[in-house]
Amino acid sequence: MEDDAPVIYGLEFQARALTPQTAETDAIRFLVGTQSLRYDNQIHIIDFDDENNIINKNVLLHQVGEIWHISTSPADKGVLATCYNKTSDTKVMTCAAVWRMPKELESGSHESPDDSSSNTQTLELLCHLDNTAHGNMACVMWEPMGDGKKIISLADNNILLWDLEESSAKAVLSSSAALEGKGQLKFTSGRWSPHHNCTQIATANDTAVRGWDTRSMRQIYCIENAHGQLVRDLDFNPNKQYYLASCGDDCKVKFWDTRNVTEPVKTLEEHSHWVWNVRYNHSHDQLILTGSSDSRVILSNMVSISSEPFGHMVDDDELSDQEDQHQEEKIKEPLQDSVIATYEEHEDSVYAVEWSSADPWLFASLSYDGRLVINRVPRALKYHILL
Amino acid sequence: MAAVTAGSGAGSGPAGSPEATGGSTGGGGWRRPHGPLQRYYGPSTAEAAEAAPDPTDINGPHFDPEVFMTKVRNECPLGQLLAREAALGREIRALDSDMQTLLYENYNKFISATDTIRKMKVDFRHMEAEMDDLAANMAAISASSARVSAALQDRHRRGAQLAGVQALLRKLQALVEVPGRLRCWAGTEPARALRCHARARAVLRHYRHLPSFRAIEDESHAIMADLARRLRTRLREEKLDPKELTECVEMLLQLEEPAEELSEEFLSQAGTRLEAELAALEAELPAADPSGTATTPPPPASDILDFVDRGSSAFVGTLCQLAGSYRALFGGDTGRLEPFAAALATRYFTLLERRLALERGLGDTSLLVRALDRFHRRLRALLELLPAGADAAAALVARAARERVDRYLRALQTFFLGCLGDVRQALAAPRPPGKEGPGLPDLLATLAASVLGQLKAVLAYVQLFTARDVAFASLPYFKGEFCVTAVREGLVVAFVRWLCRTARGFADGPAERGAPAAPPALLLLLARLCLDYENSTISYILTLTDEQFPPQDSGPAVTPGPALCAEARAAAQRLLDHYVQVQGAAVAQMLRKSVETRDWLGTVEPRNVRAVMKRVVEDITAIDVQVGQLFEEGVRRAQSSDSSRRAFSVYSSSRAPGRYAPSYTPSAPMDTHLLSNIQKLFSERIDIFSPVEFNKVSVLTGIIKISLKTLLECVRLRTLGRFGLQQVQVDGHYLQLYLWRFASDERVVQGLLDEVAASAAHRCLDPVPMEHSVVELICERG
Repeated sequence: MEDDAPVIYGLEFQARALTPQTAETDAIRFLVGTQSLRYDNQIHIIDFDDENNIINKNVLLHQVGEIWHISTSPADKGVLATCYNKTSDTKVMTCAAVWRMPKELESGSHESPDDSSSNTQTLELLCHLDNTAHGNMACVMWEPMGDGKKIISLADNNILLWDLEESSAKAVLSSSAALEGKGQLKFTSGRWSPHHNCTQIATANDTAVRGWDTRSMRQIYCIENAHGQLVRDLDFNPNKQYYLASCGDDCKVKFWDTRNVTEPVKTLEEHSHWVWNVRYNHSHDQLILTGSSDSRVILSNMVSISSEPFGHMVDDDELSDQEDQHQEEKIKEPLQDSVIATYEEHEDSVYAVEWSSADPWLFASLSYDGRLVINRVPRALKYHILL
Repeated sequence: MAAVTAGSGAGSGPAGSPEATGGSTGGGGWRRPHGPLQRYYGPSTAEAAEAAPDPTDINGPHFDPEVFMTKVRNECPLGQLLAREAALGREIRALDSDMQTLLYENYNKFISATDTIRKMKVDFRHMEAEMDDLAANMAAISASSARVSAALQDRHRRGAQLAGVQALLRKLQALVEVPGRLRCWAGTEPARALRCHARARAVLRHYRHLPSFRAIEDESHAIMADLARRLRTRLREEKLDPKELTECVEMLLQLEEPAEELSEEFLSQAGTRLEAELAALEAELPAADPSGTATTPPPPASDILDFVDRGSSAFVGTLCQLAGSYRALFGGDTGRLEPFAAALATRYFTLLERRLALERGLGDTSLLVRALDRFHRRLRALLELLPAGADAAAALVARAARERVDRYLRALQTFFLGCLGDVRQALAAPRPPGKEGPGLPDLLATLAASVLGQLKAVLAYVQLFTARDVAFASLPYFKGEFCVTAVREGLVVAFVRWLCRTARGFADGPAERGAPAAPPALLLLLARLCLDYENSTISYILTLTDEQFPPQDSGPAVTPGPALCAEARAAAQRLLDHYVQVQGAAVAQMLRKSVETRDWLGTVEPRNVRAVMKRVVEDITAIDVQVGQLFEEGVRRAQSSDSSRRAFSVYSSSRAPGRYAPSYTPSAPMDTHLLSNIQKLFSERIDIFSPVEFNKVSVLTGIIKISLKTLLECVRLRTLGRFGLQQVQVDGHYLQLYLWRFASDERVVQGLLDEVAASAAHRCLDPVPMEHSVVELICERG
C-alpha cells in the first residue's frame, strides 16, 4: 500500500542525533543534528506532511561543533538543547547548550524546499551548561511534562540538575550527584521518568542501569549487569510506572520491573548487532521500537507486559450488543508478543529511532550515513489496537 | 475267438484252437496227448456249439472222416499225405497205450473199495449190542444219586442258618465295642474314631428303639459330642498349622457341626495365622514414617530376593493352602473367602511395596528382577482364586520396574554431570608449559564413549525385566507399554532430551548474571557432542533400544528419531552460536577498550602495529586451533589473487531491490561519500551475530565479524588526529594480513576493514593517509 511505504530523507552529513519536537502535538516534526568535523554542522528541522507524504525541511546552522545528542523542550517549541563536540587540535570536549530556533521555524515551514540551501539560518544561543568541572556531556534531558525549566545533563560520572532562569537565558546548577566507584565511570545514556511526579531518572553506565531520585540525588535502585556488555539506551514505559526497557551491546532488549531487578521481565533477541536505541510508543506502550548497528529497525509488539495486555478496554455500558460480540471475539484471540516488522531501509548503523510526538503511529529512524526514514505502524495492527 | 479261448482255459490247450486244427497242415496238432481226453470229459456246450461247424477238425466232436478224407485227398500232395498217414498211425498207437494204462490203474482202486465196504458191515453189528448195555447202567446210577441227596438236605440247611447267626453276632459285637473304641481313639486318633462312628451311626440310628442299642448310641453320641467339643476348643485356642486346621475343621464338619459357623472360625483362625506371617514380614521393614520426612532408613537386613522369598513361601503359600482347603471343605461358596483373601493380599502388596521402596540404590537389578519374578510366579497360584488381585500385582510389578527405570535415568544424568565435571576439570587444569594437556578430541571421545557405554549398560540391566525366563515379562504391560513408555520414552528419549537441555543450559543460562560461565572450550565440546548425537548417536541408540525392546505396533506413540535429532541439532547450533558470541565478545572487548582508552588526537606517528592487534591475531589463531580440533575445515569462497589489496572493491553481488518504492528526497547538492554509499548499495548486508555453520571457517568468520564490527563502531565514536588515522590504517592492514585466511569469505574481512578505514577517515580532523608502502613495511616488520 502506498500509504505504508517509507519516506526517506538524505542528509549530506553523517548524523547520530534525532529527536521529535516534543512540544509540538499537531504537526509531525523531527530534528536531526549532523556530525561533521570539517564543515559547519546543521540541525535539520524535518516536517512531514502526512496527507501528501511529503517532507519539508529547514536547516539551521550549528557552528559550534558536531552534534552528539539533541533534545527539545516539552513546553516551548522553539527551545532545544544539544550536546556537541568542541574540537581543538589536541583535545575534544563535549559541551552542552540550550538554543532557540528562529521564530518562524517553530511551527512548520512556510518556505518551499527550493531556496533552503541558500537561506540557512542560525540558532540563537540561550545559555551554556557549564561543564568545565564535570567532564564530557553525554546527554541532556528535559523534565517531561514540565514547564521547560528543569533539565538534567549527564557529564562523565556526574548527574547535573539545572534550573533554567530568565526565560532560559541562564542555567543554574541546582544540585548534582556523582557516581563513585572503581575505574573511570562514565554515563552513556539516561532517561527522565514521567512517573512519580517526575522525581526519578534512570541512567546507564557500562553494564549497569541505575535509578536516581532527583530530589535527594541519591541512587534508588541499581540493576547490576543488566546487559552482558555495555548498556546503550533505556526508556520508561509511559503507562506503567515501574517498567523500564534497556538495550545494549549484547544485541538484546530487556524489560525490567524496577521493583524486582534480579531478573528481566522479558528479553528480546532480534537484532544481530548492538542495539543503540529503544523507545516505547507514547500512547500504546506495547509498541517497542529498536534501532541497531545491524542497520535494522525493529518494531515489536510486547502486549503481554504492556498496560493493555488484553487489548483496548471499553466500558461495558458503552457497548451495544453488536460491539459486545466484537469484544468477545477479540478476547478469544489474545495477542502474542511478536515482532511486527523489520525495517531494512538503512544501509548503515542506525543510531537513533524516535516516535513522533504528534502521531502515535509514526516514527523516524536515523542511520549514520545521514539517512532518515519515516515509517508507519502497519495499518492492520493499528486498527487491531484501536478497535 | 474269445469264447474259444475261455472255453479251453480249463484245459489250456492251444492245440484246440481252430487255427491249429483248421490249418491245412493239421498234422502238427498233437503236442499234448491229454488235451483230447480232457476235452472229452468236460466239454462245455458253448464250446461244442461253437466248434460244431468244422467237420474237418480231427479232435472236434463233429469230425466227419469222409469230409476230412475228401478234403485231405483233394488238397494235399502225395508226400504230405504219406507223412500224415504215418503221423496218424503213431497217434493212434499212443492213444491205445494210454487207454490201457488208465484202465489198469482204476481197476485196482475199485477192487480195494469193495473190500472196505464189506469189512464195515461186519463191525457195525458188534457196536449195537454194547450200546444197549451202557443205557442200562446209566439208569441205575441216577437212581442211587437221588437217594443220597435226599438223605443230606436237612443237615445242609442247618449249617447255613448257623453261619448267618454267627455273622449277625459279629456285627453286634462290633456295635457293642463302638463306644469303647471311640473312647479309646477319641483322644489319640480322632480321625479313626470318626470313621468308626460314621460306620456305626446309621445302624444305631435304625435300631434306636431297642434299649440296648439306644444305650450304645447315646454313649457314642456323648463321646462324639465330647470329641467335637474338644476339637472346637482346639480350633479356637491352639495355634494350628494349616494342615491341622484343615483336618480339624474337616472332622467337625463330619460331626455335623454348622458349616456357616465353622467357615467363620476357619477364616478367623487362618486370619490369625496369616497376620502372624505378615507381622513377621513387617518386622523386617523399618517403622513406617507417617510424617514422610524419613531420614535415610538403615539398609534392610536382608536383600529383596530373600524378603520376597520368605514372603511368598510363608504368606502366599499358607494363603493358597488355606484357600484350597476352604474350597474343599465348604464347597464352591467363596463369598466369604474372597474379601478375606483380598484384604490380606492387599496388605501383603503394601508391605512389599514398602520393601521395594527401600531399594533406593541401584544395587543388583538382576536380584530385583528375580525377586519380582518369584513374587509374580508364586502369586499366580493365588490369583486363580483371587482374580481381582491380578491387576494389583501386575501394577505392583510394573511400578517397581518403572521406578527402577526412573532411577536409572537419574543415575545416567548424575553420571553425565560427573563426566562433564571431569571434562571441565581437565580443561581448567593448568598445563605445564610445553606439554599439551589432553586434546579436545580425546576429551570428547572419552565423554561420548563413557556416556554411551553407561547407557548401554543401563539398557542391558533394564532388559532383565523383559528376559524370556522372567514370568511377568509376558504381561501385556511389559510387552508393550514398558518397552515404549518406560524404556524408550522414559529412559532413552528422556535422557537424550535432558542431555540436549543440559547442554543448551550452558548457552542459555547464567552467562551474564551471577554463576560462572562455562569455559568456551566446553561449549565447543558440547556443541560437537550434540552434533554427533544428531548425526549418528541418536539413531544408533534408538535402533539399539528398538532391537532390545521391540515396540508393539499398536503401542503408544513414540518420539520419532528425527524429532530428537532436531533437538540435538538445535542445541548444537545454540551452543556453537554462543561459543562464537563468547569468543567474539572477548576479542571485541579487547578491541573496544583499546580504542576507547587511547588518545587518538594526540598520538604520535605510528611506528608499530599496536600490541592489542597482535594479541587479537594470536587469540584468533588459538581459537582456530581449538575449533579445528573438533570441527571440519569448511568451505571457503574462492580467494582473490591479491589478498592484501587495500582499495574499495565494488562487490559483484547485488542486493535484492527493496519491496518499497522509497521516495528519496535529495537534500544535499553533493554527496560527500558517494563512493562509499554506492559501494554499500551493492554490498551484501552482513549479519554480525548470526547463526554459524558447523565448521571451523564459519565459526572463525563469525568471531572475526563480531570483532571487526566492534572496531568499526568504536572508531566512529572517536575523533582522530592525523596520526590516529594512520595508526588505524596500520592496524587494519595488519589485521587484513593475518585474518583473511581464517574467514570463509575474504571479502567480508576486507569489507569490514574498508568500513573501519572509511569511518576513521571521516572521524579524522586532518585526514592524510599514510603511504601504502610504508603501511606494508610497518606491518611486515611487526
